[in-house]
Amino acid sequence: MSYLITNVRAGKGIPLVVKDNICTKGIQTTAGSKILQGFIPTYDATAVKQAKKAGCTIIGKAMMDEFGFGTFSTNCAYGVPKNPHDSLRSCGGSSGGVAGYVADSKKRVLGLGQSTGGSISCPSSFCGVVGLTPTYGVVSRYGLIDYASSMDRIGPITQTVKDAAWLLTKITKDSYPSIDDLDSTYHRTKDRDYTQFCGKSIKGITIGVPKEYMNKASKPVRVEIEKAIVKLEKLGAKVLPISLKYTDVALPAYYILALSEASTNLAKFCGMRYGLQGNIHGKFNDYFSKIRSTGFGEEAKRRILLGTFARMAGFKDEFYIKAAKVRTLVIYDFQQAFKKVDVIVAPTMPIIAPKFSEIVKMRPIDVYNIDTLTVPVSLAGLPHMSIPAGKVGKLPVGLHLISNFLQEGKIIQVGDAFERS
Amino acid sequence: MLVVRVHPQTLMKINKELVKKVAKISRISITEKEVSRFADDFKAILRDFSKLKKINTDCVKPTFSGFELQNVMRDDRTKKCLSNEQALSNTKNQENGFFKGPKTI
Repeated sequence: MSYLITNVRAGKGIPLVVKDNICTKGIQTTAGSKILQGFIPTYDATAVKQAKKAGCTIIGKAMMDEFGFGTFSTNCAYGVPKNPHDSLRSCGGSSGGVAGYVADSKKRVLGLGQSTGGSISCPSSFCGVVGLTPTYGVVSRYGLIDYASSMDRIGPITQTVKDAAWLLTKITKDSYPSIDDLDSTYHRTKDRDYTQFCGKSIKGITIGVPKEYMNKASKPVRVEIEKAIVKLEKLGAKVLPISLKYTDVALPAYYILALSEASTNLAKFCGMRYGLQGNIHGKFNDYFSKIRSTGFGEEAKRRILLGTFARMAGFKDEFYIKAAKVRTLVIYDFQQAFKKVDVIVAPTMPIIAPKFSEIVKMRPIDVYNIDTLTVPVSLAGLPHMSIPAGKVGKLPVGLHLISNFLQEGKIIQVGDAFERS
Repeated sequence: MLVVRVHPQTLMKINKELVKKVAKISRISITEKEVSRFADDFKAILRDFSKLKKINTDCVKPTFSGFELQNVMRDDRTKKCLSNEQALSNTKNQENGFFKGPKTI
């Protein structure tokens, strides 16, 4: 099956498949959008540079929802990846191409995905692989084509927790003097080795299960997650029910903030300096409007318009500022929970991978609502990881592990112990 | 403190004219068909999002970043950057080493 927009002739090294919104020197990078068709970056993103330095070799750039705008990798200008477990179903999004490829490969292959509102976890859950989204800022965003800068994160999508820990170690490696890194939100972690958290016992670790998250899951998914929790308990973890009461309002807050940021970030695509270009003539605004209307797909247009609306005079306080305040409450909610527990576990997605025939019937708001379990952690900037935990028929279910800021080690420890058992 | 203005009629205000206005500001030309579709989408989306209003956020400060960061200013000095050739390598619209764009006035 096809998961890649651009195939690259592999050199020696560990094969690495990269989401197409992460810049790769000399290799076309489109962010899944027609407006960036033919764009060949003259530099590597910091994460790519670090992965290459660690011995990885890029084998392809993977399909994705345009600019990350989607939950099912169906808003793609260069082909829709199909779920390796059932070709009538979605890979999930927006890093669907990476997750599909990694899941379908019989050989060891690593992936670099990117998440704004759950775009690493969702496809990892639907395809049955490991997707690790680290704390906001620990992987440099330099060379990443922005969606929502205050939430965008690069992270590994791999076949095992150990591989994810290894790749995270490499891409966070602190080998750049501060002035050379071009991401002002990059947070140095002083060369942590995340693989040291693998192979450990989880005896004594406290795990919180938010009732709001369990209630949102479909029954077959909930059954698998409950089995996983029992397994974690048998491995020595202490399980505690918790409540995250702002779960419901995290979704609108996320969408308002993410789309507001996206509408400003996407203002730079004007068909002049890179990507899709026309013959320059006519007035400034007419040229830009024409090229943008041709280059952006429907969902991109919808999100730019919604984001622009939410920031407009007369609506800004009601939407944008209100959402930013709710974001504060969502973060507070998690911080209260982490006073009692080390790791929060929940279903990654409320459903298993849906059929394409079901997706076409959904309204945009129905699709947005599917992200309900991954957007709170995205607003809060917390590290999270989806690992395979059981199946419904032949389709994988993802178990979500969430920890506090910079505590990636804890989710790696729990995820690895679960995977080995 | 910022006072949150509540517009109970916000949904009423979502009409084709508003969508056209937003599209113009966003520099995106949309067809009449898209205008109607987006107007319907916006109504459904904003109706769902109006649950935010139920949350009391008096005395709550807004958050704009995923991780609290301290502002560190770097020295203002010249650094290595893209060469002129690299910067222009992705465009056909160039003249004498500059980007060529449409008229602004």
